[in-house]
Amino acid sequence: MSTNNKDTVHITINGQEFDVPKDITILEASNRAGIKIPTLCHLDLHDLKAVNKAASCRVCMVEAHGRDVLVPSCVTTVWEGMEVTTNSLQAITARRIAVELLLSNHPNECFTCSKNLDCELQSLAHELGVREIKWSGEKQNFPKDISSDALVRDASKCIMCRRCETMCNEVQTCGILSAMGRGFDAIVGPAFNIPMVESSCTYCGQCVAVCPTAALTEVNHTYKVWEALNDPDKHVIVQTAPAIRVALGELFGMEPGTIVTGKLVTALKRMGFNSVFDTDFAADLTIMEEASELINRIENNGTLPMLTSCCPAWVKFIEHQFPELLDVPSTCKSPHIMFGIIAKTYYAKKLGIDPNKIVVVSVMPCIAKKAESARPELTKDHKNNVDIVVTTRELGAMIKEAGIDFSNLPDSDFDHVLGESTGASVIFGTTGGVIEAALRTAYEWMTGEELKDVEFKQLRGLDGIREASVAVGDMNLNIGIAHGLGNARKILEDIRDGKSKYHAIEIMACPGGCIGGGGQPYHHGNDEIVKKRQEAIYKEDRSKTLRKSHENPEIIKLYEEFLGKPLSKKSHELLHTHYEKRERI
Amino acid sequence: MPKANFQVEIPNTENLPKEKFNELKQYIDGLKSTEGALIQILHQAQEIFGYLPKEVQLFVARALGMPGSEVCGVVSFYSYFTTEPVGKHVISVCMGTACFVRGADKIVDRIAKKIGIGPEETTKDGFFTLKNIRCIGACGLAPVVMVDDKVYGRVKEEDIDDILDSYRKEEA
Repeated sequence: MSTNNKDTVHITINGQEFDVPKDITILEASNRAGIKIPTLCHLDLHDLKAVNKAASCRVCMVEAHGRDVLVPSCVTTVWEGMEVTTNSLQAITARRIAVELLLSNHPNECFTCSKNLDCELQSLAHELGVREIKWSGEKQNFPKDISSDALVRDASKCIMCRRCETMCNEVQTCGILSAMGRGFDAIVGPAFNIPMVESSCTYCGQCVAVCPTAALTEVNHTYKVWEALNDPDKHVIVQTAPAIRVALGELFGMEPGTIVTGKLVTALKRMGFNSVFDTDFAADLTIMEEASELINRIENNGTLPMLTSCCPAWVKFIEHQFPELLDVPSTCKSPHIMFGIIAKTYYAKKLGIDPNKIVVVSVMPCIAKKAESARPELTKDHKNNVDIVVTTRELGAMIKEAGIDFSNLPDSDFDHVLGESTGASVIFGTTGGVIEAALRTAYEWMTGEELKDVEFKQLRGLDGIREASVAVGDMNLNIGIAHGLGNARKILEDIRDGKSKYHAIEIMACPGGCIGGGGQPYHHGNDEIVKKRQEAIYKEDRSKTLRKSHENPEIIKLYEEFLGKPLSKKSHELLHTHYEKRERI
Repeated sequence: MPKANFQVEIPNTENLPKEKFNELKQYIDGLKSTEGALIQILHQAQEIFGYLPKEVQLFVARALGMPGSEVCGVVSFYSYFTTEPVGKHVISVCMGTACFVRGADKIVDRIAKKIGIGPEETTKDGFFTLKNIRCIGACGLAPVVMVDDKVYGRVKEEDIDDILDSYRKEEA
């Protein structure tokens, strides 16, 4: 079976022979052969270009014949004639000891841990048959950092896998999290171990998305929601972001990419919300303002390119990292903030409810939205326009707490006044979606013609940076798209250096956009899940009768009855914001 | 060749005067390239300031266009770097095995009592810093005390007064 092909090598794994590409690792070769080697620190989000190769956990150790010691399969490249045994007594024992040692310095509180049953260390201990922790001794006991509104850092639960560092430094290029100190005292955290809130963290939550334990988690706000729902003086309404409906089902054992919009609405109604609304409505509103702003900037020699401003992590990124470019993002507030404002003005007035009695809850795929809703310039008279933000994961937990049998729920529709939406707003949940939605509207407004084919396929996909030139009447609009803050940085450097050729750019902080958000069900390193959510988003768009934001009848009514027209004085006052220079630490 | 960016604000406080930052700036400016030069620059910075407080680390980070966490990670990893100001004279007591069994702990206690500070602290007048260190490879001379670069071997508790007083006298 030996081959002379230079690109492959012949190897044996557990007695089975394979020809594999010569530059891959033992782990990759084993995965291809369907032989599972347990891993912990290893992370390979291939399509999102995020690979963590710290080799720090020593869980994937295997025997490579001819080597005196076991080798970590995640970083050891195959060689011609290599013979590997993944399941020898020595390998299995070494693996178990590695996990036992990690557990000997880990809080023994799985019962009450927020990652209980969703923890990779816990499931590995189960998988490897750890039945006792043989070693006891001093444990690291760092104080919890609960300084921010968005994420909790509990360094005592850190296993030094460095996945968060890879996401924060290499993928997002934020450079917040780094290992400090050495030996037993080593800790991963922001520079000088300052509280997260004092750092330049964008709260994108990608560190949370990849943390195998509960060392990094979101701030839990579910209790506040239950409190509000049980307060008879409060009128509690909820909005759900576009990316929730294509991911929530995963928490109830459904296939990734299952669309659960109708069940989601039913569940929220059964939880006791007075009205169940859709952030998609507010996304359509955002397009009305943002498309108008783009046309205004093009026609009046305004600042170009214009950057989308829906993503609070991306907004915070530019404030810290490129303070000289704060005139390029659109001044539009993000959709869920716009929703909160319209709920406490237009909706309150229409229903004759005191705005102070309205509690707006946002269900978001994002943890940055938690911090965003408390930004002073987005509040009114020191009261938040959005009162509580919970993530997809938190909502899933609440549905379980409430004893709702989610999988068997009938479908319901969103409530009226702030619940109607178009296909344009659904695609806000994926990279490329916001700019496509804006184009659907801008095209018709700029040309005065009907846009027949609303799908701008050239803007779609998962490449980190994409670009397209779209003919709109007699001009070509140059569009740029970036997802992941590292890609955003490249685009921003071009703008700063005067090399940018774009009119409009969409940026989303999370790889994949909101579908891959820091508040979504954990993908545990499987990027196929994010792809399936994206397919579902486009499917939901195709299922809509109305697919352009400006055709949303409730939006048309909102302008007729309340706002006047896009960019009106009232719109500016309520729906637009400003950005501020922030320190970089 | 990557060069430093000095569009960064220079701090100016009583303990960290602008002149010292300018000296560091000149040093970094004189480097052919800043690539891979972080540790070298931190050494120089510690030479200039005596220690590496947050302000100095952030200054270096911003000048080199790297995150503060990266600089902090390096500074906190190498025991050579210190983030606290050190006194004019550093007293290091070896706590390696050989010195320890020959009573290094009692030597530390004696020194601490005499100058009124504990290990890893500096006297109020900034004259002495006391440090516990690991084996310096002079086990035959155990217990060993170093003051700056000078090694004192087979130190007895009653020697401490004379040793430390000699530095005070020299100063006077």
